[in-house]
Formats: sequence, C-alpha cells, structure tokens
Amino acid sequence: MTEPIIAIRDLRKTFRSGEVDVHALRGVDLTVEHGEFLAIVGPSGSGKSTLFNILGGLTPPTSGTVIIDGQDLMKLSDSGRTNLRKKTVGFVFQKYNLLPTLTVGDNIEIARDIAGFKGPLDQQFRDVIETLGIADKMDRKPRQLSGGEQQRVAIARSVVNHPAILLADEPTGNLDTENSTLVLDLMRSLNKKLGQTILMITHNPEAAAFADRIVHMRDGHLHAAA
Amino acid sequence: MVYKLVWENLKHRPVRTLLSSLAIGLGVTMMLTLVGVGEGMLRDQEARTRGVGADIIIRPAGSSAIGITPPNINERLVAWAKEQPHVTQATGVTIQPLGGVSTVHGVDLDELSKMSGGFTFIDGRPFQSGQEAIIDEYYAKEKKLHVGSAVKILNRDWTVTGIFRGGKLTRMMLPKTVLQDLTATTGKVSVIYVKLDDPKQTQAVIAHFKQTLSDYPIYSMDELASQFSVNSIPELKTFIGVVMTLSVLFGFLVVFLAMYTAILERTREIGILKALGAGQSYVLGILLRETILMAIIGSVMGIGMSYVTRWLISTFIPASMTQAIVYTWWPIASGITLGGALLGVLYPAIKAARQDALESLSYD
Repeated sequence: MTEPIIAIRDLRKTFRSGEVDVHALRGVDLTVEHGEFLAIVGPSGSGKSTLFNILGGLTPPTSGTVIIDGQDLMKLSDSGRTNLRKKTVGFVFQKYNLLPTLTVGDNIEIARDIAGFKGPLDQQFRDVIETLGIADKMDRKPRQLSGGEQQRVAIARSVVNHPAILLADEPTGNLDTENSTLVLDLMRSLNKKLGQTILMITHNPEAAAFADRIVHMRDGHLHAAA
Repeated sequence: MVYKLVWENLKHRPVRTLLSSLAIGLGVTMMLTLVGVGEGMLRDQEARTRGVGADIIIRPAGSSAIGITPPNINERLVAWAKEQPHVTQATGVTIQPLGGVSTVHGVDLDELSKMSGGFTFIDGRPFQSGQEAIIDEYYAKEKKLHVGSAVKILNRDWTVTGIFRGGKLTRMMLPKTVLQDLTATTGKVSVIYVKLDDPKQTQAVIAHFKQTLSDYPIYSMDELASQFSVNSIPELKTFIGVVMTLSVLFGFLVVFLAMYTAILERTREIGILKALGAGQSYVLGILLRETILMAIIGSVMGIGMSYVTRWLISTFIPASMTQAIVYTWWPIASGITLGGALLGVLYPAIKAARQDALESLSYD
C-alpha cells in the first residue's frame, strides 16, 4: 500500500495579531491519497487559507506533523520550503497571480526556469495546454485575456513542473458561473486524466461538488462531510 | 528566461526606465565632459604651441612646463638666442592673463609669422597700429566679433583688424610693444620660441642653452607636448576625483530611489516568484540584472550626451573650451557609474529578496 501524499496529524498554527495570539489551526488531522481531488470548504476565518499556506510551504506550522510527498514540513528550513514550492506543489490562486509583464508562454516558462527545468515542453504538458484551450494564446499578455483564460493559464503554470500536489485557493472566486464551471471541469479533467492530486479550498459548495471528497473546516478544525 | 523578465520589467515602465537611465547617464556625461574638456583644452593648447613652428621653448626661471607665466624674461635673451649656433629664428612673446584661462598674447607678428609659416587671415589683415588686435576664428565665433568690431582688453578698446585661422599660439594677439607698455613690462617677455636650422640638433642646442641659462626651464617641443596631459595638472585630477565621487553618489541615489519604488510596486510580483519557488538569490539576481541593464543603457546615453556637450561647447564657446572625446574613459566612466548603481540597488534588492512570500502575495 502506498503512503498518502499528504499526512497531517494534530497540526496547529498560532500567529500573533497585534497583542493577541490567534489559534488559526487547532489540531487538524487529514490524509490525502495520491490522485485524490479534495475540497476543503469553510467560511472566512475557519483556518482553511492557513492550512493552504502551510501545505504550500508559504508559512511554517507551529506544531504537529505534516508530511507532503515524504517530506516533513516541520523539519524544513526556509530554503527547504522554497524547494518544496519549486517542485512538489503547484499553486492556483483566486487572483490568478500571473506576472503582468510576461506573455502566457513566458509565465509558464518562468515556473520551469525557477525549478531548473530546461529544454522543450514535454508532450504530456502540451496536451494539458490543448485541454486548457490556451495553445493559441501563448504570445498574449495577461491583460489581453479574460479572467477565465487567465485562470486556465495559472492552472497550466501550476502543473508545468508536474508537482505532486496542486493547491487551489478559491480558484473560481473571481469568475462568473460559466467560467467557474469551465475551470472546475478542467481541474477535474487533469485529476482524472493525469492522476493529478488536487486540494482545493473554497467557500462555495457548488465548486466543492466537483471534488471526490469534501471536508469542512470550522474554527480551526476539520470535519468530514455529512 | 530571467533576462527576458528583466527586459520586460524595464519595458513595462518605459518612462521610469528612461528617466532612471538618463539620470545614471548624466553621471557618465559629467565625467566624460570634464575629462574631455581637460584633455581637449590641453590638446588644443599643445596644437597651438606646435603651431608656432618652434623647436625649443625657453620659459621663465622657476616656472612649470605649462601654465600662464608672467613676463619676466629679459628680452635681450631673444637677441642672444638668435646668435647661438643652429638658431635661425627666435621670438619673444608676452602673455597677459585676462581671468580664468583666457590670455592675450603680445607678439612680434612678422617674426611669429616667419617662424610659423605664416598666418592665414579668413578676414581682414594683420594689426598695424597700437589700437589694433587680431583674433582667431573661434574667438570671433564665440564673441560674435568681426573685422571692425571693438573689443575691450585690459580696460582698453581695440579694433579687430583681422580674423586668422586657428591653431597658432593663441586666440587674441596684440602688438608686443604695446602690450608691454600697457602692462609695464617693457623689455620683458613670458616665453621665447626658438627655431633651428636642423631639428636633429635640438638636444645639443638645449644643452648649450643650459650652460648659460641654467635656471630656465628649456624644453624641446616634444618634451613640452608630453607635459600636456591631465596628470601634469594636479588640480584637474582632484576635480575629476570630485566629479567621479559625485557620479557614484548620483548613480547610487537614482538607482536607490528608482529600485526602491519599483520593488514596492512589484511586491506582489515578487510574492508570485517566491510562490513559484524562487529563492532569495533568484530575486536578487533579477534586480541586479535590471540595474546592470539600466546602467548600461544609462552609460550609452551618457556617452551619447557627451557628444551633445561637445557640440554645445564647440558651437557656443569654441574659444573658451574645447572638448575631446576620450574613448579610454568610456569604460572607466561606465564602470564607476555601474558601481554607484549597484551600491544603490543593494538595499532595495536585499529587502525584496527577504520579503515574505505570503505577505507579498497579500499586497495590493
């Protein structure tokens, strides 16, 4: 039996806000298997974004155990978390976060450059670009694209280095219904066709419905879906 | 790929890039213009001295090779020099400073003309009476003078009778005896120019002269020409040092401000790069490359602007200043400016490289 790609035990995160300690995560346990599409649903302030940031190596945990693709996040230094972001996780953000000065192609290329990948794109990724419908937009700048198109580019960028996990934070938060459905369909397609593990954070139950499994988060705790 | 990002970042804010590069370039221009003017004026002075046609120059006792010297050589030495072996001609010249680097020369025009191979008058004729002056083409252009113009020299009005082709001794000449009378230096000259029948005898004649004139600096034309360098003028070297320091400071401040604001503006983009896995060195590398590229653009602009300053000088003050283009200073001035720019980007770049990815991504 293979190890889960994400294994979280009693994860706690406390940060200081002014003179007050905020307990964002209060003992989270979660296991995600390879190839799973998991949605974490919860209201604002429930701790889901903190969990996203810890899993993405953007902030260190306070205590607990977080194993991602065999790496113990508690033991990772700053540079270790930087390496995690390079190759192990890919991000899709609500605000797309594309570099405005670069074209679509270059936005994708810079992710490869940072990860140290050279040479031409592999065939599997070329297929992803076709699936995402952005093959004819590689020379355009982000400002020349619609929100939906920008998010599809962000998805392409997030998987170009074949990360173990794709982390998506409210990926449809800025999109209309039609584009939301399109993006979620594409994410689901990546999950099914390529076996891409996806962990999606959302407050939208309709978006969460595209996932294989839904967990709810409230007050820093996870609860399995009813 | 990094270079593409760097280039696109610079292109994204063309006005800021242009202004920053221009400001960096000003430092380069300042240095190149200063060095160019120093070099140009020395070369011009050398060319005009050579234009006299002499082989040997005798300067007053205790004077340096270049610089304005008061008339304190007894004029009888001119007659003595004429009688020495191999000497075909000798003429004494009186130099009177007019403030700054401007001078007026009192000359015996017939003697000087014979020694130099003759004056070419673009307009007018040589001076004949005590109230007449001749000027070169550059002085005429700068001061907008022509034949018949009145010119005030040493609190007296002179009439310009001729405008001669430049490159002969000086820009303004008066009859020697008149200038001597006017400055109470009758019987005295500032410099003696000596022409030989055979230039190969120059060193032998100098040696012979020194037996009698042991306290007088006596130079061959080549020896004197070798003294026309920036290194011979400590004040100029000091001034160049000051301008170099100012250029470094200028480059530092411009880049510091430009990159500091650029980094503030690009906080979110830096966060994106960090989210993609870019480490501190990657971010630092981008900003250093941007600065180097901006400094290169600035240096090219600065070099270009030094041609503009040369044109301005040659158009508006051709007699007061001459600017040379000193190619050997291109890499020096560019390097110094680059150094200032790199110092300027250091703090903003380190600050950017150390930015927290999460905080940067939250920046709006």
